Amino acid sequence: MAELNPWQTLEALRRELDRVFDETGTRNEPFFRTAFLPGRAARRYPLTNLYEDKDAVYLEALAPGVDPSTLDLSVVGNTLSITGEKRRVAGDVKPEAFHRSERATGKFVRHLQLPVEVDENKVHADYKDGLLIVTLPKAEKAKPKQITVQVG
Amino acid sequence: MAEKTVATPEVPKSNMTESTRHQERYVAPPVDIYETRDGLVVLADLPGVAKDALDVRVDNNVLTIRGHARHVVPGEVTYREYELVNFFRQFELSDKVDQGRISADLKCGVLTLNLPKAEEAKPRQIEVRVG
Repeated sequence: MAELNPWQTLEALRRELDRVFDETGTRNEPFFRTAFLPGRAARRYPLTNLYEDKDAVYLEALAPGVDPSTLDLSVVGNTLSITGEKRRVAGDVKPEAFHRSERATGKFVRHLQLPVEVDENKVHADYKDGLLIVTLPKAEKAKPKQITVQVG
Repeated sequence: MAEKTVATPEVPKSNMTESTRHQERYVAPPVDIYETRDGLVVLADLPGVAKDALDVRVDNNVLTIRGHARHVVPGEVTYREYELVNFFRQFELSDKVDQGRISADLKCGVLTLNLPKAEEAKPRQIEVRVG
């Protein structure tokens, strides 16, 4: 091993800290905001990402282990509500049989404001690999219109 | 079942410069572990991990779970609360687990591992004979 250089080590540490704060500052800090809270249930659930293209808004929610049959979605105006339940295990397990219990469980409700008006009749949802994906087509008047420039 | 805390494996350490941007990030998935009469059951939350992106293996008494999560949504991200990251976690198995009969099942983003107890580790009823 090369000789230990304390300045280099400190410099590396400073860079690492800068990087951590840089990252969390620019990106909505999903990790930092919740890192020191007791238990994972103490945060909004499910966590969601929103995506958008010119025809629709897509919501992706992190919901592993949620029984799809308990999921209930509704759209009123531009508010999307998601309710559901995540059960701990199938069947009956005595509490004392648990060696570790880290997964969050329970019922949840979440209301989300969508950035645009959506066509409530065409909303559809898929559940795949623990992700809930809701496709919300934009209302006609919210879609971007291409305007052709006439050359006179 | 002891756990090895290996949070970031195999991160190629280049020479401490600004090259940290594109490293793959790994997190340890939350797990529940409970015991039944026949063995241990491990449940791990692995959202976004498809079956073919999941690798579960036992080597040298170490159980390794590794999964790669993928976004499947089209469009540009406009609001973000999480990022899908890769999952990695290792557990050290005791001899009392019958390693040949471990089974795994991935459903709704939850991995269920059944670790059956070896025959000699199972509780045994001993018949009392009255002489």
